[in-house]
Amino acid sequence: MTQPVLNQYDVVKYSKIYSLGAARGDLTVTNDDIAGPIDSSDEWIRQRTGIITRKRASKERSLMDMAVEASNEAIKKAGIDPQEIGAVIFSTITHPFQTPSAATLLAELVGANPAPAYDVSAACAGYCYGIAQADALVRSGMAKYVLVVGGEKLSDFIDPTDRSISFLLGDGAGAAIVGPSDFPGISPTVWGSDGSHWSAVSMTASLLDFRDEVAEWPTLRQEGQTVFRWAVWEMAKTAKKALEVAGVKAEDLSAMVTHQANIRIIDELAKQLKLPESVVVARDIVYTGNTSAASIPLAMHALLESGEVKSGGLALEIGFGAGLAFGAQVVVLP
Amino acid sequence: MAFSQAEVLAGLADIVNDETGIATESVQLEKSFTDDLDIDSISMMTIVVNAEDKFGVKIPDEEVKNLITVGDAVNFIVSAQA
Repeated sequence: MTQPVLNQYDVVKYSKIYSLGAARGDLTVTNDDIAGPIDSSDEWIRQRTGIITRKRASKERSLMDMAVEASNEAIKKAGIDPQEIGAVIFSTITHPFQTPSAATLLAELVGANPAPAYDVSAACAGYCYGIAQADALVRSGMAKYVLVVGGEKLSDFIDPTDRSISFLLGDGAGAAIVGPSDFPGISPTVWGSDGSHWSAVSMTASLLDFRDEVAEWPTLRQEGQTVFRWAVWEMAKTAKKALEVAGVKAEDLSAMVTHQANIRIIDELAKQLKLPESVVVARDIVYTGNTSAASIPLAMHALLESGEVKSGGLALEIGFGAGLAFGAQVVVLP
Repeated sequence: MAFSQAEVLAGLADIVNDETGIATESVQLEKSFTDDLDIDSISMMTIVVNAEDKFGVKIPDEEVKNLITVGDAVNFIVSAQA
């Protein structure tokens, strides 16, 4: 029997990030503002996490507001018509509806309707998962441009008395336009998961528990020491593998942009990778807080806007978090 | 090769010094990591991982909270070598 023949899209050799956009919460929340309920202090929070302030969104500023703002900036800077967007990927854990997705509404609001649109639930690995998918969609010919958004309104899901994670968290959205390139702008992604630690970063209860009135409104919590050990030593292995797969050495990097989990994790990761002084390490957490899926694009956008790194340099981005899930790739800075 | 209690204490003191700057002479068996040496939970994890590497043992995360004093850690490491 002869093999059936199916047409395929024309493949594209390479992809790259064209542009970034960023939007943060409108409120600047200091350590003193939140230290009371967790019986802590500004000094303790700075020393343990590096955070001086975090951005949170007021009731009037929604997750979608921030996602649209970031997306519009990225689309404008990419110089494309939103109708050219071939897919919209919204990485988030804080869209407050089971369905419909945040991505379909985002596509409508930025003028990308009728692009295929879907949410990705991969927590702090969400943006790197989104970039991995965008890279694959562009190179397979499935989409010309892909809008990837990492966005969170974590303040909707925190318990102010929780000492394990609440005080770290902030709100924001970062967006990227990924499209075709005549040079490799995104390396192969090294990614994965470890469900054996499914409860290491999780919610205090399910929505069903809340519905059945056996639990309060579900909020985020984590097993800090387990997460720290995994985030540093296991993610150091992932970061090294991503560099190896990309054919890049640490000294070739302009920047390392990790998920902004905690300054101690960032600093220890940089130490484990033996990063030379020339590599800029993103520390946006200090004034933005930990914004889960938004943290990498927000941090990268901040480095570029400040001039600390230049377009065209290489950056290692690595996201890791609840799932546990992780993803890393080396990209050319837009 | 199994390390003696004295060797584990000396090795652990070096690790603590490297992570925190605390003088090795201050790392004594009866000292509490948090109350006497002021070592927080994050530094404690770094010390634990480095100790696992140095002494070839595994210290599970759920065990770490039981290591209140330097002596607790030394005894755990010595036993874990068996």
